[in-house]
Amino acid sequence: MHNNHHDSYDLGFWRKYIFATDHKIIGLQYGITALFFLLVGFSLMMLMRWQLAYPGEPIPVVGQFWIPFSKAIDWIRINIFHIAGSNFAEETLPGGVMLPEFYNQLGAMHGTIMVFMGIVPLAVGAFGNYVVPLQIGAADMAFPKINMASYWSFLIGGVIMLLSFLAPGGAASSGWTSYTPLADIAPTGQTLWIIGMIFLITSSLLGAVNFITTIFQLRAKGLTFMKLPFFVWAQLVTAFLLLLAFPPLEAAGVLQLMDRIAGTSFFLPSGLVVSGKPLEVSGGGNTLLWQHLFWFLAHPEVYVLILPAMGIVAEVIANNTRKPLWGYKSMVYSLLVLGFLSFIVWAHHMFLTGMGTAISTFFQATTMIISIPSVIILTALFLSLWGSSIRFNTPMLFALAFLPMFGIGGLTGLPLGLSTPDIHLHDTYYVIGHFHYIVAPGTIFALFAGIYYWFPKVTGRKMNEILGQIHFWPSLICMNGVFMPMMIQGLAGVSRRLYDGGAQYAHAQGYLHLNEFMSISAWILALAQIPFIINLFWSMFAGRKVENDNPWGSTTLEWATPTPPSHGNFVHEPIVYRGPYEYSVPNATKDFTPQNQEAIT
Amino acid sequence: MSEHVHDIQREIRGYIIVGVSLLALTIVTVTVSYLHLNLTGAIIVALFVATVKGSLVACYFMHLISEKKLIYIILIFTVFFFAGMMSLTLFSSHNNIRGTQMLHSTSQTTGRVHH
Amino acid sequence: MSLTVPYLIEERPDTGVFNAKMGIWLFLASEVMLFGALFSTYVLLRVGSIEWPMGSTILSVPIGAFNTVVLITSSVTMVFAWVSLKLKQFDKFKLYLGLTILLALTFLVVKAFEYGAKFSHGMFPKTSTYLAIYFTLTGLHALHVIGGIIVNSYFWGPGGHLWQTKPEQFTNRIEIAGLYWHFVDLVWIFLFPVLYLL
Repeated sequence: MHNNHHDSYDLGFWRKYIFATDHKIIGLQYGITALFFLLVGFSLMMLMRWQLAYPGEPIPVVGQFWIPFSKAIDWIRINIFHIAGSNFAEETLPGGVMLPEFYNQLGAMHGTIMVFMGIVPLAVGAFGNYVVPLQIGAADMAFPKINMASYWSFLIGGVIMLLSFLAPGGAASSGWTSYTPLADIAPTGQTLWIIGMIFLITSSLLGAVNFITTIFQLRAKGLTFMKLPFFVWAQLVTAFLLLLAFPPLEAAGVLQLMDRIAGTSFFLPSGLVVSGKPLEVSGGGNTLLWQHLFWFLAHPEVYVLILPAMGIVAEVIANNTRKPLWGYKSMVYSLLVLGFLSFIVWAHHMFLTGMGTAISTFFQATTMIISIPSVIILTALFLSLWGSSIRFNTPMLFALAFLPMFGIGGLTGLPLGLSTPDIHLHDTYYVIGHFHYIVAPGTIFALFAGIYYWFPKVTGRKMNEILGQIHFWPSLICMNGVFMPMMIQGLAGVSRRLYDGGAQYAHAQGYLHLNEFMSISAWILALAQIPFIINLFWSMFAGRKVENDNPWGSTTLEWATPTPPSHGNFVHEPIVYRGPYEYSVPNATKDFTPQNQEAIT
Repeated sequence: MSEHVHDIQREIRGYIIVGVSLLALTIVTVTVSYLHLNLTGAIIVALFVATVKGSLVACYFMHLISEKKLIYIILIFTVFFFAGMMSLTLFSSHNNIRGTQMLHSTSQTTGRVHH
Repeated sequence: MSLTVPYLIEERPDTGVFNAKMGIWLFLASEVMLFGALFSTYVLLRVGSIEWPMGSTILSVPIGAFNTVVLITSSVTMVFAWVSLKLKQFDKFKLYLGLTILLALTFLVVKAFEYGAKFSHGMFPKTSTYLAIYFTLTGLHALHVIGGIIVNSYFWGPGGHLWQTKPEQFTNRIEIAGLYWHFVDLVWIFLFPVLYLL
């Protein structure tokens, strides 16, 4: 192995921080950008929740600020994008009252932004990029320049997505799922959605190639696969999911683009009538084809959303119980089985599209089977707590809360995965409750745990514990306040994607009062994030400095670097002698024995 | 990476043989198409010849025949998922609840309604 | 003093590959899924149609066959470009790689001619689902051909300077570029019979 002269490692500001190739800088770029997009996606939902709680009423405060904001948008549309006329305020919130068309845009973009521009870039792009090379004892990712390309592709895609709100007719409004034929005939914003997705998908594909190669090729000496931290295993399987599941959606995006721009009929059946007029297209298309190709990606995508989170929770739990993970091997095998099965369950999202009993039974069966590895992983994490002396710091609080919250999310998935009860529950609020439990108090809590946990390695300072508690408790309570009532509404048959929250439907009347309750919970949830934001920025400069490079007393390799790690990460080539979670080893004086420590001391 | 020139000559001969085989198989597949077999027969022959040609390119030009196990495993899973994607999607279209079958249509209509 | 990324040139003992070899195969796996989705689209649309034209009634088989021969030959020249580097014959490398690029450009010119002929007869992607999938499949393939031309041209030109300082790394890069190019050929080997002969 040859070493370069890193004394002269000074590339200047642009190459070091903007067009960076160092995985740690790229990880931080991803992290900051993704957190910003998460805030945007969250804000869209805050707006929607007003309309749901008080349909048809003008939005206070925001409503006033919307006028000058809209005038700015009008100016940009007319002068920069040369769009003929623009009255953004009238097209979205005339008199402060949300138009149904705008509600639909907010809904579609909330989903898109949270999934593709928020969670995945944060879980994989930020945490993966920063931590994986450190945890395997590598100097960087295998392909640093491709890593840089991956970030910039993500940023460009994200910007295009946000700019799509300025398109005539507004942003995409056919759901984050962009079902055809509606999406085929939707306004320009949908085309920008497709183009944005192509950039985002490219970013993920480049990243996936990088992660897999890095984990296979750059493990330190002695770091065999069954000694890898569970977080690295989770990122490896996630990368395979991204690599093989995203291309069909990219293909579908190209086909939808052709339908919209070149007038093809990939997804347009013959005889389609729009607003009383037959469409002048060749027809002959298959509209369910879009759903197959979309869900072929989107089902593995949900495992992309959860696996890195499980990885983070595993790290934090092992560290704060001072015990090895229970059932590490079972957890790893479960990951592999989960990853494999996730490719053959997708049509459980399509039970109501007219599929016959044979194919429905197939997908129902695979869907039921895939719950087994999930349960194994969750059970192992629960069992890891048994008999341990738990340190209840902020990362551990979030990691602990993940367990029952993901449990609820997972269990509520079972009636959805069975085709018969799904007849009643499909496209209701029950589905929204189910997946939000997994992603919101599930994945996002795990990501918070990761931020609080790895913050000291990145900055050399700890985040404030009191602000952490103030962040945690209201967040946990409000998450349940927002999403549990959705289960009730869904069981009552209240449909999703209704701009008035079901107000016009007789069967929903007895459950409408829950909308106000959920909205208030959501707004308090928003307030509960303020201590986190303050904590994050304040601690960067004034947080308590850590005593050493390994303030949590962890066994994994990322803590064996200087704080923060410099370019090249490790001063000496790390050699691994033991497994990832050797806590409380008998006859050891310390309650942790790092992976790169040869003898027990 | 020291290879004897002799080995490389054998490799070169191998590449030429593969190249000639590919061209020959192209002639075969085009000729067969002029025989105007029924559709099923035509599909079987055309895909069989294409698979042989593709295998030659993959095994010899892309060195898959002497590639490492890890690469094979990745490719086998890929092929499996591709097969699953195609076959399950097709089967879904064919296994319908009675009465909900999608209207079939020609590929060359222009706004005309069928059935 | 700190570490750098290893296995740029030499193979890692337990996996048996150098980094870029693994990277390109992973990328090609994703491309199999990409073109696979489009082939699945083709099959689904055709099976679901009442009538579907025989390819030979719409496309010119001789022209398609010619293009097939062009691409196959370019694969041969590509592998010989790599072999030349293994034999340390840089001039031969430039010759073979140059031929590969020329053949690739020939393919594109022929394709452009085919497209133009269709357009001038009023046959566009929107005219029928057959034409839609034909243009999309061959269009995406052509974009990949263009990508290959760009990469190969870079190595034929400024990228070739690496031969002076790191000949083994450069040889590996040509092997990787070759793998990509052979894949582009492989996709066409299936595209040609499916679209032109069936």
